[in-house]
Amino acid sequence: MSPPVPSKILTDDVSLLMVLIDSNPHFWSSIKPHFSFSKFLSHVLAFLNSILLLNQLNQVVVIATGINSCGYVFDSSSGSVSQRAESLLPKLEEFAENDESLSERDDDSGNGVGSSLLSGSLSMALCYIQRVFRSGPLHPQPRIICLHGSPDGPGQYVAIMNSIFSAQRSMVPIDSCVIGIQHSAFLQQASYITGGVYLKPQQLDGLFQYLATVFATDLHSRNFLQLPKPVGVDFRASCFCHKNTIDMGFICSVCLSIFCKHQKKCSTCGSIFGQAQTRDPSASQQRK
Amino acid sequence: MADKQQQVVVKRARHKSSVKDPGTPGVLKLTKDRFTFMPNDPSSPVKHNVEFRTIKGHKFTKDGTKQALLNLTQDQGGNYIFEFENFPDRNVCKDFVASAIALSGEAGRTVPEKSAVPIQDEQLSAAEMERRIKLLQEDSDLQKLHKQFVIGGILSEAEFWATRKKLLEQNYSRRPKQRVALKNDMWSTKPLADGQSNRVTFNLTPEIILQIFAEKPAVRQAYLNFVPNKMTEKEFWTKYSRAEYLHSTKNVIAAAAEAAEDEELAVFLKQDDMLVNEARKKIRQVDPTLDMEADEGDDYMHLPIQDHGLPRNDNKDVLDSQYEPYRRSFSQHLNQHAAVVLQGRVIDVELGDTRSVAEALARTKHAELAKDASDVYLDKERLERISRMTEIEDLQAPRDPAVAPLSIKDPRDYFDSQQANAFSTLGDTVSGAKQLKCSVSTREAYCSLKECISEIKFQGLTEPTINSEVAFKVLNGLAQNISSNKYHLGRNPNESVLDSLPKITREELLLHWSSIQELLKHFWSSYPITTKYLLTKATKLKDAMSQIYPKLQEIKESVQSDLRHQVSLLVQPMLQALDAAFAHYDADVQNRSARSGERPNGF
Repeated sequence: MSPPVPSKILTDDVSLLMVLIDSNPHFWSSIKPHFSFSKFLSHVLAFLNSILLLNQLNQVVVIATGINSCGYVFDSSSGSVSQRAESLLPKLEEFAENDESLSERDDDSGNGVGSSLLSGSLSMALCYIQRVFRSGPLHPQPRIICLHGSPDGPGQYVAIMNSIFSAQRSMVPIDSCVIGIQHSAFLQQASYITGGVYLKPQQLDGLFQYLATVFATDLHSRNFLQLPKPVGVDFRASCFCHKNTIDMGFICSVCLSIFCKHQKKCSTCGSIFGQAQTRDPSASQQRK
Repeated sequence: MADKQQQVVVKRARHKSSVKDPGTPGVLKLTKDRFTFMPNDPSSPVKHNVEFRTIKGHKFTKDGTKQALLNLTQDQGGNYIFEFENFPDRNVCKDFVASAIALSGEAGRTVPEKSAVPIQDEQLSAAEMERRIKLLQEDSDLQKLHKQFVIGGILSEAEFWATRKKLLEQNYSRRPKQRVALKNDMWSTKPLADGQSNRVTFNLTPEIILQIFAEKPAVRQAYLNFVPNKMTEKEFWTKYSRAEYLHSTKNVIAAAAEAAEDEELAVFLKQDDMLVNEARKKIRQVDPTLDMEADEGDDYMHLPIQDHGLPRNDNKDVLDSQYEPYRRSFSQHLNQHAAVVLQGRVIDVELGDTRSVAEALARTKHAELAKDASDVYLDKERLERISRMTEIEDLQAPRDPAVAPLSIKDPRDYFDSQQANAFSTLGDTVSGAKQLKCSVSTREAYCSLKECISEIKFQGLTEPTINSEVAFKVLNGLAQNISSNKYHLGRNPNESVLDSLPKITREELLLHWSSIQELLKHFWSSYPITTKYLLTKATKLKDAMSQIYPKLQEIKESVQSDLRHQVSLLVQPMLQALDAAFAHYDADVQNRSARSGERPNGF
């Protein structure tokens, strides 16, 4: 990694943008009539180049989110000269190959769109950001933007919440631009908790305009702008046992794990739960 | 205090119409809510029977003056002056009157309908009663609840206060414990010199002794060492006074001479080493990053006798060095005195016993010293701060990245946003319920992905990236979205639905809400029903709740149409809670009747 620029003073508006691109092939083939991956890429590439133009010291890192793996496909600060965003294309192809080779042999057709590994790419982004933090006192202000469309995988709930909380603690906002059909509860929560912006564009062929208007501003300037706010956030949790989304359930009083059904023992921390108070007449007769 | 308080006080007194009036002798009888005065002479017209409710204040003469007077003042300007035979009598009456006035004043204000104090079926001390009344007075919401339930007979006094013990204690301990601070005037070194004889008199009270010990640690140490081994307390103070006298004459040579003779006196005349050490330590703790000029020059203990700026036009004569230790500097004394006064009272010991005072002070000083010595962490923090200020970049080790502190968010955010979300999820699931079906095999999917990528590689980005009309539409849409959100959610994200309601409705809703909380709390706590008492209690509570139920419905209907939906959302959980309670009650009643049907001897 190239050393940070010590001689120049980093002003408030220098940003490090981590872009998480959803590369779930099932998702992209299902959305094909409305929006294609190539159009999406062209919008995103133009957006990335414009970020690099905004400030000479801006850095952009792109992570692709597949269904079996995640990987870095672009780092603007690698190499001696700041690279253009198009150089991510060959790496992206390689990544797709790799991802394909990792998937199992059976052909799951008609199985619905699976979820991509959002938790993995969030963790990778946060690790990169931590490395930047430790590189010295002068570093750009990092933020994460998720361009996501696949549905939420309830199995990833715990991992995603953990990454969200660590992002909150490191003061890294997570912006979300949802290009799928449904809202994503995980990303809504992520943006709400970390103070980022959540947006679901109405018109996908105007994606570049959305990106440039809402997501291009650096963190310092956001204090002066009014960015779109979602009307509500879906805070429902998923239970730890079946990964279903629930809004009423049981909680372990020791470790706060959530269960949808009454359990004898907490699977996370192992504490044993007491018996529920039963109200059958035989018991109360005994008490009398 | 409460158990010593009498219910009735009877004292001899004279009633005077003015201070100068000799007064009518008689008997003054004080009870909790009134006082009566009966003159000794039955034919005299001076008879009084006044309720404390009408008495607003009381004044009295100081102890030790010629007359022991107590003056009870009324609202309209009338007053009753009583003269007592002695001060203790008067003080007893004064205290009783004070508490009686307080009690009647509060009772009058909180329960205007009933002049008696609220219903009690338990023995309560007067202090407890006072606390409750005071709490009710301060918190009007609590007062409303109390009136509604306890006076209305639904809950008993004990039950109402059972859950509020913490509030009562808090209130009690919140009474300010003000203590008298140290006197600011320095003990005058000019003793009362009797002009005729050669005697000089010093007055030492325990207060003054405390101040001396606080200001002059050497004297304190000397006291602990000398008394009672070497000399008695009286001798000690005599010697000290002699030393003070010598200082006041400003005759340094005489002081040196006497000090040479009397070893103990020398302790008082020399500079105070302990004080010097303390000052040095304080200087060391000064933070150089904050105090730009803090350095040895601020060490006022070690300044040359030129007294740091104070012009001294006399005493410039240079004395022999042997006399230096006996010179005392006024500014040093003043600074030390000021520091001690600002510090306030550090110890809590009774001032009577001089030795214990000295020991207590010594203990606190030791504790401070020990704390400073062991405060390595504080030192480390200071060093770190200093090094951060004087940063040399390449010599610094990498610092841990800054982290955000834990922030507990306002739960109202969560609940308010959930309301809106309830709609948005409904809307989405209806329209977006069509799950995306991927009818393509994995391999094909990957293929198409890779094709897309290579398409761009060869064709390059499309030109223009985005159609201008589309861009325009997007911008418009965004702008509208933002402004409509602002309109609906309000400028202030903390504003809630309640604020947009008319005031009366809001008050009613909040009142109903708090009453429902209270009732439900008691209702659920009385289950499972094991005694008859609990059964009657549950029934009473259920009746009260069923009275509130239609009131809530009314509120829902009475609101304007645009707010109606939000109000019904607010009221909904209250109704649900009440419904749950009713259902439980009915189920329980059914169970009970079924069981009593089985057992012929009944409950």
